[in-house]
Formats: sequence, C-alpha cells, structure tokens
Amino acid sequence: MQWLHAFAFTLLETCRDVLPIAGTIIGFQVLVIRKPLINPRKTLVGFVYVLLGIALFLKGLDMALFPIGDLMAKQLTDPEFIGINPALREVPWEAYLWVYVFAASIGFATTLAEPALIAVALKAQEISGGAIQALGLRLAVSIGVAVGISLGTFRIVSGLELYHFIIAGYIIVLIQTAFAPKLIIGLAYDSGGVTTSTVTVPLVTALGLGLASTVPGRNPLLDGFGLIAFASLFPIIAVLGYAQISEWKNRKKQKTANRKS
Amino acid sequence: MRMANTSNKFLRNLLNSLFDLLPILVVVLVFQLFVIQQPIDNVEDIIVGTLLIVLGLTLFIQGLEQGLFPIGETMAHSFARKGSVFWLLVFAFSLGFGTTVAEPALIAVADEAAEIAALGNMIEDTNNAREKYAFGLRISVALSVGFAIVIGVLRIIRGWPLHYLIITGYCGIMLMTIFAPDEIIGIAYDSGGVTTSTITVPLVTALGVGLASSIKGRNPMVDGFGLIAFASLTPMMFVMAYGMLI
Repeated sequence: MQWLHAFAFTLLETCRDVLPIAGTIIGFQVLVIRKPLINPRKTLVGFVYVLLGIALFLKGLDMALFPIGDLMAKQLTDPEFIGINPALREVPWEAYLWVYVFAASIGFATTLAEPALIAVALKAQEISGGAIQALGLRLAVSIGVAVGISLGTFRIVSGLELYHFIIAGYIIVLIQTAFAPKLIIGLAYDSGGVTTSTVTVPLVTALGLGLASTVPGRNPLLDGFGLIAFASLFPIIAVLGYAQISEWKNRKKQKTANRKS
Repeated sequence: MRMANTSNKFLRNLLNSLFDLLPILVVVLVFQLFVIQQPIDNVEDIIVGTLLIVLGLTLFIQGLEQGLFPIGETMAHSFARKGSVFWLLVFAFSLGFGTTVAEPALIAVADEAAEIAALGNMIEDTNNAREKYAFGLRISVALSVGFAIVIGVLRIIRGWPLHYLIITGYCGIMLMTIFAPDEIIGIAYDSGGVTTSTITVPLVTALGVGLASSIKGRNPMVDGFGLIAFASLTPMMFVMAYGMLI
C-alpha cells in the first residue's frame, strides 16, 4: 500500500513537470493551428505511456539505483578505503585509481540506459535510413561520457582548473568539426546535451560531491561542479570521432575495391 | 493474431530494455563484489526497483513512437504549411521556456548556486537574498533555452550552417569565462547539461526533423538536428552573464 502511495506521488510529480509542455502544445494546437490531430486517441494513449513510463522509471531509480550509487560513491571516496591519512594536505592522484575506473564504468553504463539518448538515436537511425545505427551511436556517446566523467573526477582530485579542460575540449571539437562529414555535425552537437538527464545527472552529482568533500583541500561547493560539463563535452568528440573513423574506413574499403576492379 | 503480435512486440521491447539496463547491473555488482567487498542491504528493493525501471523504459519508448514523435512532427508540418514564421517562433520560445522553468534538475542546481554565491559574498547571506538569486538564475536559464530554440528554428528555416553558429557560441563562452567571477563558472558549465529533460529532447528533436523535412531544400539529417545543441549552449552564456551582472 505504501509502495502504491509513493508511486502515485511520483506520478503526480511527473504530471506537474509535463504540465507546461502539455499546455504549450494544446494551446498552440487549439488557438494557432486550429486543426484536429490526425489520430487523437493514439497520440493521447502515447502520452499516457510516456507519463507512466517516466514515473515508473524514476520510482525504480529511487528504489534501486540511487541509494546504491550514493553508497558506492561514499565508500569509494572514503579515505579509509583509499588508504590515505585524511590529515594530509595533498594526496597523490594515483591513490584514487578505483574512483576513475568506477566513474568511467558507471558513466558508460548509465548513458546506455538514458531514455533521451535512446530517443535521439532511434530518430537518427530512422532518418539516415539505417546509415547511422542507433546502438553504434549510443555506444559512441557512452564512451564519450565514460572518458569525460573519468577525466572530471581526476580534475577534482588533482585540483586543476575546470576551464582549462573545457576550453581544450572546445578546441578539439572545433578542429574535428572542420574535418568531420557534414551529415553528422548536428547530431554530434546534440548528443552532448542529451546524455545528461534522468539517470546520469544524479549519480554523477553524488560522485562529484562525495569526492569534493573527502579529498583533502577540496571544497564541495566550489569543486563539486563540472562533471556534467565534462559529460556533455566529450560525447561530441566521441561522435565526431566515430563518424570520422567510419568515413575513413569506408574510403579505404572503396580504394581497395577500386583497385581490384 | 493481432493480439499475439502486439504482445510479442511488447515482450521484445521489455527484453531490449532489460538489455539496456544490464551494463549498470554489471558495474554495480562487480564493484560491490570485487572492489568494495561489502554486503548490499535491501536486495528486495533493488530487484523490485530494477523491474520498475525496465517496465518504465519500455512504456516510455512505446509512448515515444506513438505520442511524442508524431505530435512534434505533426506540429512542425502544420506550422510549415501555415507559413507563419512569427507563430512558429512564438511556439519555439514557449516550448523552450516552459519546459525549462519547471525542470527539477535546474531548480536543484539554482539552489546550490545561490548557496555558493552567499558563501562567496556575492549576495547577502539571508534566505530572502538566496531565494531571489536562485529564482533569477532559473528565469535566465529558461529564457536562454527559449531563445536557443528560437535561434535553432530560425536556422532551420533560413538554412544557416550549424557549425558557424556553434563555433561563435563556443568563442563567446571562452571570452566570457575570462571575465566571469570564478564561483559561477562551474555552475554555468554544468547548467548547459541539466536543461534538457527526457520529455523535451524527443519533442524538440521531432520538431527540428519535422521542420527540416517539410521545408523545401532542407535535409532532415543535416538541418534537422542541432536544436538541443543550442539549448545546451546558451544557458552557459546566460548564467555567466547573470553572474557578471549581479
């Protein structure tokens, strides 16, 4: 019974979050477009599925993933586990090796399950006529997030400046943009924004705050931020890179084919 | 026959979702068993929760293809047929602003930012001042996302190349980083990632792709994507600007 209560609450919250979107759509549909929807019942049922789906998803995350994610972030960053003396003022960054590994694996895994990314990947596959595979795109993005978050945790431990990394990342993106196939650019830029939503943000934030409050000399309020920025920048690099590699491979294949014929 | 087909499809989708979730389970299990080596409590909750996630993801994807994608595309087509750029832009702005202003992740980040600002003596350390600061931040991020979708839609209509706009944006961010107060930079960079929620992304993507495929001379693959990119770029600028002004 209690469980049902909690679920009803989550469902209500989701409805509240969707309200502005539904209001905008209905308002414009009725006042500006003034045409009935082609298949109103099917669309409506679809909306109900989305609402129910998100509410169940959030409730499940709250029950299963977030508590254990929080706990693991705490355990892994615990000075006792790391084996350092908390009174030290500086610690070697290598001491946190498991944290970087965990950051990379959890970043990879949560991004694969990110609903917004699944949506964009499905759309991209449909529009490109299968030239872009949904799973391939999701894997590329997940690798980007894994590298990004792991670098981000390294930055928190080492205390280096956030903007150095971000600006270096931008410069890499700029160079890649000049050479990448034009078809992929919009999708690559978009993939930066979609990776960080429902699943990834809370887990990554817990990890960042855990680190910033246990690493000697770091302030959780100032150093806890920045992981999300890493997680939105590196997927762009990964997707552009993925496109460049597949183009390069295709060209090579064509060359050998040409030579044979 | 039809019934069997639908339930088959549902089962297949359920399996797919389980497959999507598998990596998380593996990571958590491996780390618990081999690295942390501590018992997990509440195993029941974890199992029930995982089942809920799988079911939720399956329903979401079903609803996506049946509700969110079609409505985004239908609206894009209707606006294109109507030919009123003005109303399309108003719609784009309301969609961006409306979906962001109530975004729970943004509310959390804004509250944290207010705390930092109070600690760094940028604002008075009172509840009132902090609430005002957090609210101002939320409004500026929401405005920036509304603005981003407007620019993005205009870009699709006019056929401007995406990368010039994005590169200009990046240069702007780099320049602003030099002048913005240190405390705000981390929050500003993060705010780009938190604005795009699970419902906004499919809707906005469908809108962009729908527009690009109904306007002559546009390619949905080249021109349809990019709206989300704007929506994650402008908040960084607006938040830094907010930090500089206050």
